[in-house]
Amino acid sequence: MSTVYDGERGEFVAEPAADTVPLLAVKDLRVEFRTNDGVAKVLNGVSYHVDAGETLAVLGESGSGKSVTAQTIMGILDMPPAVVLGGEVLFHGEDLLSAKPARRMQVRGEGIAMIFQDALSALNPVFTVGFQIAEQLRVRRGLSRAEARKGAIDLLDLVRIPHAKQRVRSYPHEFSGGMRQRAMIAMSLALDPELLIADEPTTALDVTVQAQIMDLLRDIQRERDMGLILITHDLGVVAEVADRIAVMYAGRIVEQADVYALFRGPAHPYTEALLQSLPRLDLKGQDLKAIKGLPPSLTRIPPGCPFHPRCPRAVDRCHQEVPDFHPLPGDRHSACHFAHEMLVSGYPGSNPDKHSRGLSRGDA
Amino acid sequence: MNEPILQVRDLVKHFPVRVGVLFKRTIGHVKAVDGVSFDLRKGETLGIVGESGCGKSTLAQVLIRLEPPTGGTALFEGRDMFALRGNDLRRLRRDVQIVLQDPYTSLNPRMTVGDIIGEPFEIHPEVAPKGSREGKVRDLLDVVGLNPEHINRYPHQFSGGQRQRIGIARALALRPKVVICDEPVSALDVSIQAQVMNLLGELQRDLGLSYVFIAHDLSVVRHLSDRVAVMYLGKVVEIGTADEIYGQPSHPYTQALLSAVPVPDPALRGRREVIRLTGDVPSPVDPPSGCRFRTRCWKAQDVCAEEEPELITRVAGHPSACHFAEAHVVVGAERENS
Ligand SMILES: Nc1ncnc2c1ncn2[C@@H]1O[C@H](COP(=O)(O)OP(=O)(O)OP(=O)(O)O)[C@@H](O)[C@H]1O
Ligand SMILES: Nc1ncnc2c1ncn2[C@@H]1O[C@H](COP(=O)(O)OP(=O)(O)OP(=O)(O)O)[C@@H](O)[C@H]1O
Ligand code: SF4
Ligand code: SF4
Ligand SMILES: [Mg+2]
Ligand SMILES: [Mg+2]
Repeated sequence: MSTVYDGERGEFVAEPAADTVPLLAVKDLRVEFRTNDGVAKVLNGVSYHVDAGETLAVLGESGSGKSVTAQTIMGILDMPPAVVLGGEVLFHGEDLLSAKPARRMQVRGEGIAMIFQDALSALNPVFTVGFQIAEQLRVRRGLSRAEARKGAIDLLDLVRIPHAKQRVRSYPHEFSGGMRQRAMIAMSLALDPELLIADEPTTALDVTVQAQIMDLLRDIQRERDMGLILITHDLGVVAEVADRIAVMYAGRIVEQADVYALFRGPAHPYTEALLQSLPRLDLKGQDLKAIKGLPPSLTRIPPGCPFHPRCPRAVDRCHQEVPDFHPLPGDRHSACHFAHEMLVSGYPGSNPDKHSRGLSRGDA
Repeated sequence: MNEPILQVRDLVKHFPVRVGVLFKRTIGHVKAVDGVSFDLRKGETLGIVGESGCGKSTLAQVLIRLEPPTGGTALFEGRDMFALRGNDLRRLRRDVQIVLQDPYTSLNPRMTVGDIIGEPFEIHPEVAPKGSREGKVRDLLDVVGLNPEHINRYPHQFSGGQRQRIGIARALALRPKVVICDEPVSALDVSIQAQVMNLLGELQRDLGLSYVFIAHDLSVVRHLSDRVAVMYLGKVVEIGTADEIYGQPSHPYTQALLSAVPVPDPALRGRREVIRLTGDVPSPVDPPSGCRFRTRCWKAQDVCAEEEPELITRVAGHPSACHFAEAHVVVGAERENS
């Protein structure tokens, strides 16, 4: 049995045993891309889980591996150049990575469905939106042409596309960006999946449309008790809809926590820096606390903690020793040597001394 | 309050919509910018926000004289900028510069960074005689926080945030007075966005620049702007100081826009008022009669379809183009206290 540090009690305590198998658990996923430019270590041990009815937000900068993780779960990775080096994708406890192709096919759509980052490229431009939805119902559910068409209309109705009866005959380019995204959602829901992976479903959309789509996803999720993995780099969206957050950096999850706990007090310097670098509608200031430097190249990930070249709290140890993914109280984890200290000392925002203390320790 | 450096009045830009292969017929016009007025004062930042397609980039392109206006005027330092010719026009092209949205496509991939930043000197040799150019380019790289040693590198050797810095260095090369920033940080990650925003702020303080700062991210605009104009379908619907627009928005569209911005604080979840708009933005070819926002407005009355509301001050001390303008605090936009 593993132990976790309980910040409130100031001691290590036994970790409560997980009593149920999560809907989906990704364990220590490792993927690299072998190209002419070299070997890019894209996923370096990604672990997260999500339950039915729960929303897990996966947050991270461009190139941190959010989409590749999703593609690995769905079994739609480009192989080659991608190579899965290890790990498990457990759906109801069954490892999909070692499952037969027919079983994977079956899970795709019915078990796990995905909404892609770019709706236009995911919809086929030569077929009507209605046909593309109906086709799934015909092939996978064995519905007749007429039934499938009716099903498609119902789904378009569900995602609140006005005049669904007429719109079912439209081609993707005849839809606005927001409507295309809704059509994508309709398509992903056709086979009533237990888990939906939404890869940046609203990034390309205006805030007013974004709000409509997020409402829609939340309503559908509640109605169907569906698990939702929401991939995004928007901390605002995360704060509004997520139950839990997994923060990715250079192909690793660096922090995983309940949304309230994470915003109240991050347990990883990268999360802390992200929160501080954000321009906010409700806070107006002079300079933002920018994170210095750039995310690392995945062909040359720095030794030790991959965040150390940019980390204001880094010490010598960080340059050599890769931090473990420490369990912390309240089902949270952090991959920082000083995770416990960060939690104990609290969020720098709540105490003006804290940040400078972190900095001076870095200088020492 | 500083004097205005740029005065825009009733600016209009329509694009013809043509059909036919051989004999093109004009069947209508995209009313991309349809009567926009504002002042930009010396040393200030005027933010321009609005949804995709509302005409922000078109406005920028008319103001740098890349596109001719269909109507209206703009005075730059008191002179009609659309009437300038010859040397005066060359001078204007030095004084008004643009930084573009997309750091991935806005730089020529075959030119070195030195050539990209130095190119404006080719066109305006009077700013930097040949021998002094390399030194000037190195200085500019330094100003925007890039390593002057990298002068011979190509754009693909830089990250998105670094490329955006190259674009900024290029815009600064001719020591402009006004810089129009068209979504300069939209394509960047949060961690890099903050670096570029800080840089823009610093340069403004050091060089006394005036910015027109276009963005669809209202938090970004709030952070950098002194005043803000909100656009909808080719028109400014509300304009005022950043505090007025964010603190006391009086146009229903501004209120909806502000309320829809997700606030990165889960503690406010469910406690914020969120105004949900229904429907999509109408086509700019055939905008609704009267008030253009009426097809999505929850307050619309008959008069809204008949009479176009003027952009005048009715309440809250700043102009708003709504017959029924009322100041309304959108909770979450203005936090009670932190
Ligand atoms: N087909 C591919 N071939 C080679 N490299 C790839 C391929 N797909 C992804 N990568 C690389 O894997 C890394 C992770 O990519 P991924 O798409 O998962 O990032 P992401 O976190 O989703 O970023 P974004 O926010 O930009 O979508 C990147 O460095 C990317 O260049
Ligand atoms: N050269 C052109 N010819 C025809 N129509 C155009 C042209 N340029 C822009 N438009 C149209 O004018 C309107 C305004 O476009 P503009 O690019 O100014 O919007 P924007 O506010 O910058 O949007 P975004 O936030 O998406 O960049 C749009 O309907 C666009 O399709
Ligand atoms: S392990 Fe060290 S470098 Fe890495 S995040 Fe923690 S303090 Fe920073
Ligand atoms: S004028 Fe009428 S339709 Fe337009 S914003 Fe005001 S209330 Fe709404
Ligand atoms: Mg992605
Ligand atoms: Mg634009």
